[in-house]
Amino acid sequence: MLDGQAALGGALDPPTAPASAGHETGEPEFVQLLTPDGKRLTHPEYDVEFTDDELRDLYRDMVVVRRLDAEGTALQRQGELALWASLSGQEAAQVGSGRALRPQDMVFPTYREHGVLYCRGIDPIKPFVLFRGVAHGGIDPNEHKFNMYTIVVGAQTLHATGYAMGVALDGKVGGDDGEAVLAYFGDGASSQGDVNESFVWASVFQAPIVFFCQNNQYAISTPVERQTRRALVHRASGFGFPGVRVDGNDVLACYAVTRRALDEARHGQGPYLIEACTYRMGPHTTSDDPTRYRTASEVETWQGRDPILRLRRHLESRGLADDAFFDEVAADAARQAVELRERVLAMPDPQPMDMFNHVYVEGSPDLEAQREEFARYLAAFASEGPAMAAEQTGGGRHR
Amino acid sequence: MSTLTMSKALNEGLRRALEDDPKVLIMGEDVGRLGGVFRVTDGLQKDFGEQRVFNTPLAESGIVGTAVGLALRGYRPVCEIQFDGFVYPAYDQIVSQVAKIHYRSGGLVRLPIVIRIPYGGGIGAVEHHSESPEAYFVHTPGLRVVSCSNPVDAYWMIQQAIRTDDPVIFFEPKSRYWEKEEVDTTGTLADAYPLFASRVVRRAPAGRSAQATLIAYGPTVRTALHAAQVAADEGRELEVIDLRSLSPLDLAPVYDSVRRTGRAIVVHEASRTGGLGAEIASRVTEECFYSLEAPVLRVTGYDIPYPPARLEDEFLPTLDRVLDAVDRSEKW
Repeated sequence: MLDGQAALGGALDPPTAPASAGHETGEPEFVQLLTPDGKRLTHPEYDVEFTDDELRDLYRDMVVVRRLDAEGTALQRQGELALWASLSGQEAAQVGSGRALRPQDMVFPTYREHGVLYCRGIDPIKPFVLFRGVAHGGIDPNEHKFNMYTIVVGAQTLHATGYAMGVALDGKVGGDDGEAVLAYFGDGASSQGDVNESFVWASVFQAPIVFFCQNNQYAISTPVERQTRRALVHRASGFGFPGVRVDGNDVLACYAVTRRALDEARHGQGPYLIEACTYRMGPHTTSDDPTRYRTASEVETWQGRDPILRLRRHLESRGLADDAFFDEVAADAARQAVELRERVLAMPDPQPMDMFNHVYVEGSPDLEAQREEFARYLAAFASEGPAMAAEQTGGGRHR
Repeated sequence: MSTLTMSKALNEGLRRALEDDPKVLIMGEDVGRLGGVFRVTDGLQKDFGEQRVFNTPLAESGIVGTAVGLALRGYRPVCEIQFDGFVYPAYDQIVSQVAKIHYRSGGLVRLPIVIRIPYGGGIGAVEHHSESPEAYFVHTPGLRVVSCSNPVDAYWMIQQAIRTDDPVIFFEPKSRYWEKEEVDTTGTLADAYPLFASRVVRRAPAGRSAQATLIAYGPTVRTALHAAQVAADEGRELEVIDLRSLSPLDLAPVYDSVRRTGRAIVVHEASRTGGLGAEIASRVTEECFYSLEAPVLRVTGYDIPYPPARLEDEFLPTLDRVLDAVDRSEKW
């Protein structure tokens, strides 16, 4: 097998201009275990042996999360979701890192980690609740070891760091059963004060946390060069912890580096930064139009690095999967998508009075008065007849 | 009974909270060996260890943001923001995260975080050390906002705030840190005056009727009491209400008083427009419309950035400005 310690632009095609920051000191090396044409590489530091079943499972995960994600985009286009933030192109980064988690580990996602959520065994309808506007996305973080989505860019990295400090206070670091925290963020978030503060905190408190940056090259329309002059992975050394750059479209490499970083964290070695170089194949969200700020040829270049295709090529070249397998996976994904779509469409709207719930744990007389005021207002319509009343509770009012 | 400054009363309250619940943590800039710049956490790190009372890096968003994570993990963090004017870097975390996470989660997550903020002027400080930013937080649903005005309340209110399962912004009037009072620390929290309740702190003596109601909180409670004393010496009785809780507001005692006096004057250090006085005036007008003999008046800081310290006596509500407002109300 080949040496996987390749420079970006070595084993891969040279990236187009916006895909790589203009680094003063050249591109840092990045970890790759699977080339775009499906060749398996080894790496002296970051490598994992995968069984044939594990390879097939990783393939299935990526196909399913891409298919469910496509359903999100479709539902938005059909007016069934207010918005969708697609993960398309980032399946390897999310499935690789998500499957590297151990059950006791805790995840702090942004708003795009549908793939990680899926790997956590959480009902994939959860993000759809948020993007349909039915609720703000209530997930019990402690039940699923997966925090709610955070929409304010970068804010969750501080929550993750505090949580990791709590893990350390609880004495849950130092052994194989130690707990680690995985905090996701993006290249845009790397400019946020909160992200940099979380690096400071994690470092000085030696918190068991892995910062997983999916550098998908764009913060909406702004290319990564406007966030940093040097590769983001270099940030780690300034804050005093290790960092590694990984091919974010290589699910095996993403798995390997995340597993290693999480294990170091759980054993008390402190934080770790992973920069996964990937590409957001679609728009930032369904409200975005990427044709205004990037070229078709750039997108094509990254299509050549597709995370799913390369694993398929690998499976095929080693005779680990045949057409029947691939067809069955595609059918499985389609079945899950149909089921998800039906459930999204069947999701009831919340009742008007629900909006007053859960502002405070211990209640508020001020708010209670407003709730009663609103209830009286609604009741006034009810007295005008059943048709009006139905409109009031069915979301049919004028807006 | 012991005589305590408000600073020491807070310190004793924090100590008791640390003793009562191993999940309580104290975190902030210089809260460790130094004991905080106002010494409110004096000696706590020595007695409870660096795991539970610890200095943080110097970044307010980081303090509050990591407190969120600690709370998610089951801790009850008490954050110290060093001065009022330095809370703004944490404003996003407080408003967008601390205030909203319980709601966002549909009730699944609780964030029992206390954010202590020394606030207010009158101490001759440089810029950014004398501000009264309470209205920003009162305007944010999901937060509870309280302010103590004396050592007894300070001792109990800080413990009650820490016991609260909602996030609490705890404003400490720094000009009152060194005022002393007898504090009975032997009681239990269950018997303490409720945290989210206002209190009538001066009534007209039996047989005499009060002519106006003064509504104050934090640093201006003493100013209002002083004004009431001077007015009484001149033969006029004023009632004084210490709001204590700014969100939620407990205005039933205010309405009760204003229905008797017909006149209400709100006193706060914060600037006037959009401040607590405006909210209180609005609610008093709604509830006591037919009892009012004059519009609700406000004695507040002016709508200017906090002035240089040599001018703060002109900016802050003083005894004379309060009495002037009483006169204006009576002559309306």
